[in-house]
Amino acid sequence: MSAVMINAKNVTRNFSISRGMFRGKQILRAVSGVDLTVKKGEVLALVGESGCGKTTLAKIILGLLPQTTGSVDLCGQSIMDLPRLELARTIQPIFQDPYSSLNPRKTIGSIIGLPMRVQGVENSATIRRKVQKTMDLVGLAARHYNAYPNQLSGGQRQRVAIARALVNRPQIVVCDEPTSALDVSVQSQILNLLSDLRKELNLTYIIISHNLAVVEHIATRVAVMYLGRLVEEAKTSILFNNPHHPYTRALLESVLTPEPDLGIPNTQLGASYPNPIDPPSGCAFHPRCAQVMPHCAMTPPLSNNVNGRFVECHIYNDDSAENAD
Amino acid sequence: MPITDEVKLDDGSKLGSLTKKIRGHQGMIIGSVIVFAVIAIALLAPLLAPHDPYEQDLMKRLLPPFWDSRGSWEHIFGTDHLGRDYLSRLIYGARISLLIGIGAALISGLIGTIMGVMAGYFGGRVDMVVTFLITVRLSMPVVLVALAVVAIVGGSLQVVITVLGLLLWDRFAVVMRSSTLQIRSMDYVAAAQAVGCSVSRVLMTEVMPNVVNNLIVITTIEIAHAIILEAALSFLGLGVQPPLPSWGLMVSEGKDMMLFEPWLITIPGVALFLLVLAINLMGDGVRDITAPENRN
Ligand SMILES: Nc1ncnc2c1ncn2[C@@H]1O[C@H](COP(=O)(O)OP(=O)(O)O)[C@@H](O)[C@H]1O
Ligand SMILES: [Mg+2]
Repeated sequence: MSAVMINAKNVTRNFSISRGMFRGKQILRAVSGVDLTVKKGEVLALVGESGCGKTTLAKIILGLLPQTTGSVDLCGQSIMDLPRLELARTIQPIFQDPYSSLNPRKTIGSIIGLPMRVQGVENSATIRRKVQKTMDLVGLAARHYNAYPNQLSGGQRQRVAIARALVNRPQIVVCDEPTSALDVSVQSQILNLLSDLRKELNLTYIIISHNLAVVEHIATRVAVMYLGRLVEEAKTSILFNNPHHPYTRALLESVLTPEPDLGIPNTQLGASYPNPIDPPSGCAFHPRCAQVMPHCAMTPPLSNNVNGRFVECHIYNDDSAENAD
Repeated sequence: MPITDEVKLDDGSKLGSLTKKIRGHQGMIIGSVIVFAVIAIALLAPLLAPHDPYEQDLMKRLLPPFWDSRGSWEHIFGTDHLGRDYLSRLIYGARISLLIGIGAALISGLIGTIMGVMAGYFGGRVDMVVTFLITVRLSMPVVLVALAVVAIVGGSLQVVITVLGLLLWDRFAVVMRSSTLQIRSMDYVAAAQAVGCSVSRVLMTEVMPNVVNNLIVITTIEIAHAIILEAALSFLGLGVQPPLPSWGLMVSEGKDMMLFEPWLITIPGVALFLLVLAINLMGDGVRDITAPENRN
């Protein structure tokens, strides 16, 4: 039994949305009561459509955004109590868009060296040596050391972002759609690199994606998110072989469409993605659900442990099981 | 390990491409030449001025410049109503104009940048307060307030610089706020926070370098703005006080004799116009060539 690296309990994040001067504020619940546990060496994939709260949850886990309620522990310590530098040594992000994640005014060497300087390493020869070692590790040629980000391709930039995240050897890496801004030809290179690095450096990953196909090979566990909630969570093989939640099934079908990379999976989900400011009553998925039942619109479903997975759906709630079939 | 995807590193050095860009920007070249010429003139005034700018010679009042049939080469731009050499006053006046422009822009730039960057970075309450202060400031007419303050406190170089500095920060604050807001949403700011940078480090190494080109542009605009306002205040008799040779004061002193000795106004007027134009041209150029998108 390996150590628990991330333990999030009942994490909720609200944004207050201003709707103009006289219409007051509204609450948008981007993440709603999420429980999540990630153990050492695991690769947890967080999947769901755009806007379901994946990035918000990631930023909370990274300590970049305070949660409204709930708690997040990293390696058994609450992120609220972790000093800034220790938090940075524990967990690092890799962002979606390598055109926005690298400061255009800095050289590659100084971008990758920043985490070391922040941690108090002052000897520039030490920094340079380690930066070059890390560049080599992520497959960046040494001659890029003095280049600026705009001299690199998207894939090379993402390697720089990976190098910056890894230069201090963190234990956890959170990758927020690490390939969705890249050319298709480069995507698999980056995914393979991430996968190799995990084995080499014994890392724990959270990988966010809106595309289940991307994560099938790399993830050990998959959590499916819908409108701020985790609706199904299981080991990758279990989830892919036998998806239970109607939303997971729809997502998996969308993967089989000819162009799975075109953003939001769009299949027989019928009605469009709901407005998170004004979520549907009961089960938030009921307006689009193929197996909707009358009480789905009334009561929110509870999370159940069914066939080796957690699933949050009335079909699998004990009391409604008979009604379902 | 996968092979690195294709490489497109350009071989041109950073400095080389910058020079190329500057060379392609004629307005910037013209502007910079004029600005640096004025700076040189101001610095070297004691060496360049043919006469003492304060020395009066009532026997030689209102001599016309050399291009007039009555003009002489001894006083190339003629003399003013007290018989002082106009060229020497113009040369020393460059010092006053630049001093006021740069001094006021430094003060207002400091105030406006701090307010704007704070508002843009922290948002929320800080932003509300700053936005309110900007609104208050914008609702005050600059010239009238400056006139009133100078009338009460009394005009002097220091007072004019301070008053203009305390009045001209609004554009700095507005522009720095919006550019900081934009940079703040960039993932490299989040990445810097995630690697453990302190707030001040994020501001100094991630935010400031990416808003500094806007800052330079606004600084040039405000230098020009302050120079013009000083001229206006001096013209109204409430700027720097005689006998200091400010260009605005020269126009003011010449206005009574405008009809018969028009050069008294045209010479300092043209000098003002050229300097302000040149500063603005330079600012435009800096904005164009420092945009990081064009760095290749
Ligand atoms: N800073 C913010 N202010 C207001 N709303 C936000 C903010 N960040 C995210 N949201 C909203 O929260 C929801 C979830 O966003 P996000 O976490 O980015 O989703 P995802 O990463 O899954 O696409 C969206 O509806 C988004 O509009
Ligand atoms: Mg996202």
